[in-house]
Amino acid sequence: MIRSSRRLVTVLAAATVVSTLAACGGGGGGGGGGSGDNEASDTGITADSIKIGATYPLTGVAAPGYSEIPTGVQAYFDYVNDNGGVNGRKIDYVFKDDGYNPTNTSSVTNDLVLKEEVFAMMGALGTPTHSAVLDFLNGENVPDLFVASGSSLWDDPKNNPYTFGWQTDYESEGKILGQYIQENFPDAKVGLFLQDDDFGEDGERGIREYIDDQIVSAQRYTSGNTDVGPQIAALQAAGADFVVGFNTPAYTALTQLVSLQLGFKPQWAYSNVGSDPALVGSLLANFSQGKVTDASLLDGAITTQYLAGVDTPDDPWVQLWQKVWDASGQDGELTNFRIYGMAQAYTTVQALQAAGQNPTRDDLVDAIEQAGGDWKGPALAPFRYSEDRHAGISGMRVVKISGTSTEQLTDILTTDTGDADIKKFDGKEATPPSSGIPDEDPVN
Amino acid sequence: MRQFVNVTLNGLTQGMIFAAFALALVLIWRSTRIVNFAQGAMAAATSFIALALIHSGQSYWVALVVALASGLVLGAVVERVVIRPVEGGPELNAVIVTLGLFVAIEALIAIIAGSSFQSFPAPFGLQGFSVGDGRIALTPNGLFIIGSVLVTMLLLVGLFRFTRLGLAMRASAFGQEVARLLGVRVGRMLTLGWALAAVVGSLAGLLIAGGGLVHPAYMDSIIVYGFVAAVLGGLDSPIGSVVGGLILGLLLSYVSGYVPRGSGLVNLAALVILVVVLLVRPGGLFSSTTSRRA
Amino acid sequence: MTDPRTAPAGTDVDAAPVLATAAANAPSAQAGAGRRSFLPRSTLLRHLILLVVGAVLAVALLELTDPFTNSQLAQVAYYAIAAGGLTVLTGLNGQISLGHGALMAVGAYTTALFLQADEPWPLPLIFLVSIAVTAVVGAIVGVAAARLHGPYLAGATLALAVGLPGLALYFRDTLGGEQGLRVRAPRPPDWFREAISTLSGGSGSTTKWLAYVGAFWLLIAFFLLANLARSRIGRTWRAVRDQEVAAELAGISLAPWRVLAFVVSAACAGLGGAVLAVVVRLAAPSAFTLVLSLALLTAIVIGGLGSLFGALIGSAILVFLPPWVTDLGTSAGLNGTKAAQLAPFVYGAVLVLAMIFAPAGIVGTLRLRLLGLRARRAARAGGG
Repeated sequence: MIRSSRRLVTVLAAATVVSTLAACGGGGGGGGGGSGDNEASDTGITADSIKIGATYPLTGVAAPGYSEIPTGVQAYFDYVNDNGGVNGRKIDYVFKDDGYNPTNTSSVTNDLVLKEEVFAMMGALGTPTHSAVLDFLNGENVPDLFVASGSSLWDDPKNNPYTFGWQTDYESEGKILGQYIQENFPDAKVGLFLQDDDFGEDGERGIREYIDDQIVSAQRYTSGNTDVGPQIAALQAAGADFVVGFNTPAYTALTQLVSLQLGFKPQWAYSNVGSDPALVGSLLANFSQGKVTDASLLDGAITTQYLAGVDTPDDPWVQLWQKVWDASGQDGELTNFRIYGMAQAYTTVQALQAAGQNPTRDDLVDAIEQAGGDWKGPALAPFRYSEDRHAGISGMRVVKISGTSTEQLTDILTTDTGDADIKKFDGKEATPPSSGIPDEDPVN
Repeated sequence: MRQFVNVTLNGLTQGMIFAAFALALVLIWRSTRIVNFAQGAMAAATSFIALALIHSGQSYWVALVVALASGLVLGAVVERVVIRPVEGGPELNAVIVTLGLFVAIEALIAIIAGSSFQSFPAPFGLQGFSVGDGRIALTPNGLFIIGSVLVTMLLLVGLFRFTRLGLAMRASAFGQEVARLLGVRVGRMLTLGWALAAVVGSLAGLLIAGGGLVHPAYMDSIIVYGFVAAVLGGLDSPIGSVVGGLILGLLLSYVSGYVPRGSGLVNLAALVILVVVLLVRPGGLFSSTTSRRA
Repeated sequence: MTDPRTAPAGTDVDAAPVLATAAANAPSAQAGAGRRSFLPRSTLLRHLILLVVGAVLAVALLELTDPFTNSQLAQVAYYAIAAGGLTVLTGLNGQISLGHGALMAVGAYTTALFLQADEPWPLPLIFLVSIAVTAVVGAIVGVAAARLHGPYLAGATLALAVGLPGLALYFRDTLGGEQGLRVRAPRPPDWFREAISTLSGGSGSTTKWLAYVGAFWLLIAFFLLANLARSRIGRTWRAVRDQEVAAELAGISLAPWRVLAFVVSAACAGLGGAVLAVVVRLAAPSAFTLVLSLALLTAIVIGGLGSLFGALIGSAILVFLPPWVTDLGTSAGLNGTKAAQLAPFVYGAVLVLAMIFAPAGIVGTLRLRLLGLRARRAARAGGG
């Protein structure tokens, strides 16, 4: 009868479910005490390894460019591991794809924390994506280091004590760009092209502090909808002759393409997260059988910089990155995205060293707060880390793209969110250590 | 004024693409009474084949021909192998099969070609024509799109109305038993219907791809627009699908061009249009048969 | 009615979708006086006992597995709630909907909005409000849907699935835009922590609490749905699905029953969405893509249309199969992102193969086999 057949099916299904569960049982946590002085002092750390996790858009509209960052991180960690690791521990780097989709970020981060049991997250990418997991990570007391985004959400030690920013925030970038436009293009009619989330909002807030009266139109796009025709047409109709874009690289390519179609030729300025000429060039290369090649469309565009990039191959940091990249044996060339990854990895190693021989997760957080503001590294301006601030690099300079290199337009300028002024940075650029690996003392 | 011209031209070009996709849907509907939700994925697959050829050095036109030919083969194979077993059965089964195909084909493309966004060349220029002292939103590529869809539509109308083959296909769609009695190889006609539809769908996919970025899921939104266009014009009418496509293209372009922040509302607008059409004139603008109502 | 197992495909286009919905065609009253049975005759009592058994099993499962699996089980819960409603709609009432992802969005956003308050209402109350709101939306959609059939219904609900999340983008100030609304997950109450530590010595983490919340609402929803399916309402739904003309002759007007089925399934989708918002801690348009609606459809088709248990199995497969398939892919040498695409490929292939070879789904096919077995045994007993 149906009843007992249903019971049979119930039993069978329960057996299936239980065996499925047994098959995907969770992994173990930190092992027992190891040899020497190293111990498994917290989840994700054992006597000879530290597990670091991250989420990136390896697929989807934000993947161009950003998907290369973890290869840089991996290359630098490999380099450090080959040279003894940190306090004798190898760094075990695990990164997963979230497709720039905040819902995926949630489930993938869940996986990293509960199944992979990472010691800390580092460099998780994206403003809309990572904002979805702030609550979870801080609730689980997982250090959430150096989020790969310039949003000010990461600088909130009161509510999110485990989260730290790293790059210059978008509001500061907006301010620096705004001041540059005010001083050099005071009569320009400025249009804005913004991602429709905190990334775009922060940038807009910064720019409006300086040139609110010059802005004639602010257009927004949602990541995932690749038709930007209406926005560009609206900017053109408003008479903008200078457009500032806070967008991801694929959208730089798209705006250039649509502007070509409409014959719209303003002066362009792009946030540094979307302005890599090599990447945009490769996206544009195929379009019209040779008529649009390289990033010739991007020539003359203004952007900002807080790290030395592949446009200055003689910079000592870039030479170090090239050495690290060549040693890693991965496919492809050194790009600015890979440099970004390596620079983040460099800061991570500094933090791990400062955290002590057998750090707990809280030790790592303390180390950054206490020592981070003084660390010297590839960044052009110092970090703002302290007990009250979890904001990263404090400044950048404005540059103009010219062919494959850049032309410096300003000195390194530092500022902060809110109504802090913009000041010139007087410090000297740090040189990399001869081994290429930092050597920080533990804070305790 | 200039914005109006640009928005209208943009709408016409987009509308032609919707029309092409709607044509493909209508072809399959007329022959097998199934809505092929996998049409977009099949078109994307042939576009990626074309892209692979272009990357290996072939010209755009060679790649186009190969893509269309592979569309033909793909459509025929899909009908014969996957759709035939569920053809006469309940509608739910066929819907689910095409949805399953949609998911599987897209995933297969991603596995083979990767999921990253790649640029796809266009056969003609991408700069708008100069009119007066500026440019309008009509490009040589846009003219190519409009022209090729019109030609396709004329060819199809000609096929159905003036040839024996077309007559046989129409007969197989409406009365299988009678058609068989008259000696029509019904099975072959159904396969041919799907094959032709897949060719039109491939064309639509290539037209959308040209001058833009492609990735495995790039045809996803077109499925909805194509369906709305087809319903708007009448699922039984090829001319209707072109008219429906144009109307839809224009309407959506006006929404995204004139409604503040309208580009986020485009999908919603398509839904509203669909609901209105289904409630007011369910057979579409060009319907002659009675509608499917409760 | 022809024997469903031997009728060739393609005979009668208008025949009742017997094969596909075989899972739903269990008799609605207890039959066969002489049959052995461990369960009482009364439907309500039977379902209550199943409810208790289900609760015990759920607790055992949640306590015996690690936190990551707990979070996966919470996912199964919210899929299953929505899938349960959908399987009733499609299996019992014959209406295809590709838009239930959008209805889950309504429930999720309602919950997210209410949880934004500084002193939010108690969670059960917020869930009930979400259910109510989604039911209202479901009524509106249902009225339009009641006049549509087959592919028109599928296409219209598809447009709904794609279009409704656009509202969140347009009203970005209240609804958060593309980034969505962050949800502060409710922390486990003290009595829960104590109960867990006495039960199994574990800690009552938020993840575990959310899994329990999901399981609780799943059991309630299924209990109510099962009773509904066995009631007069359920029988009328099946009549409306199978024999429209006969139903109308019997004085049943079709549209209100169709709308009712839509409302019930929408309420379930709303509850599923509410649980989703709390478990994922986010309500964003990217969670409610077409893929979600297709995933729900996959779950109920593979499980067996019309069967609640099938909806549960289908949802479990939906959650546990992709990581397993992805792991297979990486160990076979595919890189991470390509291996991740293996899972949807397997879904799609399974859907296609299931509809061709086993359209009744897991539960339905099993049921048909057992029916056949019993019929043959009875025939032998009768004739031999």
